[in-house]
Amino acid sequence: MIDREQVLHVARLARLELTEDEVARMSAELSDVLGHIEKIGELDLDGVPPTTHVVEVSNALRPDEIEPSLPCEVALANAPAVAGGGFLVPSPQADADPS
Amino acid sequence: MTTSRDTSSDITLLSAAAAVDAIERGELSAGELFEAYRAAAAGDELNAYLWVADEAPAPAGQDAPLRGVPLAVKDLFCTEGVPSQAGSKILEGYRPPYTATVVAKLAAAGAPLLGKTNQDEFAMGSSNENSAFGPVLNPWDRARVPGGSSGGSAAAVAAGSAPWALGTDTGGSIRQPAALCGIVGLKPTYGTVSRYGMIAFASSLDQAGPLTRDVTDAALLLKQMVGHDNRDSTSIGFPGEIELPRSGSLKGIRLGVPEELSGAGVGIEGGVLDAFNATLKLAESLGATVETCHLPHAPHALSAYYVLAPAEASSNLARYDGVRYGRRVENGGLVGMYTKTRSEGFGREVKRRIMLGTYSLSSGYYDAYYGRAQRVRTKIADDFRTAFAEFDFVVTPTAPSVAFELGAKTSDPMSMYVNDYCTVPMSLAGIPAISIPNGLSDGLPTGFQLCGPAFSENRMLEAAYALEQATGFEATGARIHA
Amino acid sequence: MTATAEFEPVIGLEIHVQLSTKTKMFCGCALSFGEPSNTLTCPTCLGLPGTLPRANAKAIHFGLMIGLALGSELAPRSIFHRKNYFYPDLPKGYQISQYDEPLCRGGQLGDVRIHRVHLEEDAAKLVHAGSSGRIHGSDASVVDFNRGGTPLAEIVTEPDVRSAAQAREWLTLLRTTLRQLGVSDVNMEEGSLRCDANISIRPVGSTALGTKTELKNMNSFRYLERGVNAEIARQETLLRSGGHVVQETLHFDPQTERITSLRSKEEAHDYRYFPEPDLVPVSTSDEMLAAARAAMPELPAAREERLQSLGISAASARQLAWRTELGDYFEAALAAGNPPVGAPIQPLANWVCNDLVRRVGEEDPNASQVTPAALAKLVGLVSEKALTVSNARLVLDRLVADGGDPAAIVEALGLGAMGGGDDVLDPLVDAALAANADAAEKIRSGNMKAIGAIIGHVMRETKGRADGAEVTRIVRHKLGL
Ligand SMILES: [Zn+2]
Repeated sequence: MIDREQVLHVARLARLELTEDEVARMSAELSDVLGHIEKIGELDLDGVPPTTHVVEVSNALRPDEIEPSLPCEVALANAPAVAGGGFLVPSPQADADPS
Repeated sequence: MTTSRDTSSDITLLSAAAAVDAIERGELSAGELFEAYRAAAAGDELNAYLWVADEAPAPAGQDAPLRGVPLAVKDLFCTEGVPSQAGSKILEGYRPPYTATVVAKLAAAGAPLLGKTNQDEFAMGSSNENSAFGPVLNPWDRARVPGGSSGGSAAAVAAGSAPWALGTDTGGSIRQPAALCGIVGLKPTYGTVSRYGMIAFASSLDQAGPLTRDVTDAALLLKQMVGHDNRDSTSIGFPGEIELPRSGSLKGIRLGVPEELSGAGVGIEGGVLDAFNATLKLAESLGATVETCHLPHAPHALSAYYVLAPAEASSNLARYDGVRYGRRVENGGLVGMYTKTRSEGFGREVKRRIMLGTYSLSSGYYDAYYGRAQRVRTKIADDFRTAFAEFDFVVTPTAPSVAFELGAKTSDPMSMYVNDYCTVPMSLAGIPAISIPNGLSDGLPTGFQLCGPAFSENRMLEAAYALEQATGFEATGARIHA
Repeated sequence: MTATAEFEPVIGLEIHVQLSTKTKMFCGCALSFGEPSNTLTCPTCLGLPGTLPRANAKAIHFGLMIGLALGSELAPRSIFHRKNYFYPDLPKGYQISQYDEPLCRGGQLGDVRIHRVHLEEDAAKLVHAGSSGRIHGSDASVVDFNRGGTPLAEIVTEPDVRSAAQAREWLTLLRTTLRQLGVSDVNMEEGSLRCDANISIRPVGSTALGTKTELKNMNSFRYLERGVNAEIARQETLLRSGGHVVQETLHFDPQTERITSLRSKEEAHDYRYFPEPDLVPVSTSDEMLAAARAAMPELPAAREERLQSLGISAASARQLAWRTELGDYFEAALAAGNPPVGAPIQPLANWVCNDLVRRVGEEDPNASQVTPAALAKLVGLVSEKALTVSNARLVLDRLVADGGDPAAIVEALGLGAMGGGDDVLDPLVDAALAANADAAEKIRSGNMKAIGAIIGHVMRETKGRADGAEVTRIVRHKLGL
């Protein structure tokens, strides 16, 4: 079950801002879903390897060969704010929470 | 409403394969066909499209195998210079500088882009009600949902505003809307179709596939989609070629019916179960054997899925931060900008899944959730391997119900999530599965799902074709109701 | 804890090395060397929706070479993980790195054990707008993704380092080793070699570990030493005054030598690592291993040993081995030595390590005007006594300035040694004794220091071409000593 504090903590990690109503609703909904999910806790999975990749492939490596890059203006074309050939953002250092 | 149409005057009534043949024989011009569909798409009243091409692209070579038969593409695929928004406000107006491999392949094969179809935001949903651009209506009954997340693609094909469409399937997002709209939807073996340029929901599960009016069209489109792509490290291509189904026989085919996905107490609607059982009878009459089989871990598939998919999604959607593209909402400093951008840009279901995924990956919970879910995944794949030692295909109803009414399940996430009950196990196992329409229940289509071992697409298409021929489901049926 | 307790630092290093591949870790963009911002990007390294990473085979190859050089165990199978956190220099909201299945584990270099080596992608460059140029105080930043995605090898040591000086010395060895491997430019000032230090202190004799801090941003060898010393001192002061060390990330400002806290580790850095689903495992095949082995050059430690076995002093051998370019120059000179005499080995080493280094400084002597053959010839002339040491230094000055052939310079400047013939030197010594009667008297009465005046006189007369030892011999002979 996931309480209010956990919801707020997870929201901070996910960079989401929730209203008080949303926090309450999220807590209830996630608890309900987790209640179902937690049934996998009943299974005996000792010695069962995790499936990380369903495809049995390894070493899909790329030769170290240069491919063309995008022109700067194309790279920046969708940016909400640009300055001096770069993507403009509020400075991370201006925040109280720099984590 | 109209009760019948004359195929000689309405070229949109031709199946894609028939249109290819007609163009090949010189009886139909690709430009004329494109224009007919463009007009139909532009006049769409189901909210199936988010963007429609202004004009036919430069003729894609009359020699190309698909002869210029146009293609509707789910918004989730990146298309250069054309809005690709994943059904989300956070990508509103986003025009990528490149095109997804599979869309480019199909364009080169002679299937030009007709339009971008509506979908649940970031493919998260089973009703298409999670689109930031409004829900899609089911052409069989406009008060009902088309299913999701590829709801726009399914509705467009069913309504005849597209000859065929591309969708993506993570836990059932092709098969379930195909079932609810009375068309064919195929999820290929994971890795056979490139994911490059497909906006990610859950990387280890996402797979592109065709939504078509019949099994032949599905084979025809899939044939041009598969192939190794060195831009996708998980891409493996398809051994050999996809072939068009011809035989129509089920002689000697062994069908396994998993107790866990179709038995009593699973919660399959009566009408859906009736149609399913009728199709099993039909299969037997065509020479197949039908026996009960077991997938002991299938009841846990949904739980594993709702750990793995949101976890991957929480990470895949971290890039929507207002820095390089998409929506941005300023709010003081950097963290303020991030949180405001994401909180206003993402819809409720997306936020819910990001929260769920972030939680299950967070410190102290990884082993109990993500780690365990990966092990359940192993068991589910093992269950299928065991079943396929005895059976050619495992068959289930595609969705537990027919199309439900808009708004019926939006207030309760779990009631929505169980729509994926029968489709999620195959996604977790990475195996191919197809849904074909197998009848009507209260005037609404039901879906029949076949799945087989990895790379069994050709055999699966043959079996599906045989059943399709026998059921005689009318591919353009939705238009009679529309 | 008593105020008089002696403390011992316990230091572990985390080194990030930018690999010298042609392209980035997960896309085909070329690596950047000061190009205009955002001109070396593509949909993948900008983290555009729908893009997928593709691992660079050369980076894996370099990673395996590093593992071999450090004596690590090379994993038969390794996988990439996602490290999730938000920062504007991280386009996907996660860094593709390795977590619990890295490419290499364990190993040792010099006196420090290696914990692990893994591969990851570099962050982009965040340029803080505003006039000060310092990190604090500006309110907007600009992101340049040219550097984003550069392949990095992260080398993590065990906490085996016990002083700032040892940290510096060991890092020098690591740098030489990596440079010799040819896997990186290893330039600290340009950021292709970056070192963070995990520092704690404990009372001498204790085996428990104290609370550690992570010191970042030491972008030169000098700053590394200073920064580590400053942090050790800070922790000592703290403990002696009854305080305690807080686990945190610290920033060393080389200008002010001040240490400031970047962010508190308590503030839940929850990276939510999970296996990167967009990449498949790396299986180190026999072919890959063979290719890495075949590419291995002789490493500094082995070279040091070999040079010593040739009869070179331990100090010279270390200097030549640890400064690869010096060793290469020396070996080229040795090979070019003019038979049958050639350049004798230890004097040649001395000339390279002392006289040449004094003149070229930190520059690569191979890039200087002095060819290895020319230096070998010069040293040969000295050893044949055809040139005095002091005149040889004049010739070296000329070689450094203009290049050329030492013999020709000696000829042109008339610096050739006069040889030991008494016929030539006798009259000159006689004249010197006559002109310095006082000195001659002092020498006779046993004050050998006075002989300097006589030798000086002969040298002036011969423009330094006379052999000082020979002059001394003749003086002693004439004065009956
Ligand atoms: Zn790139």
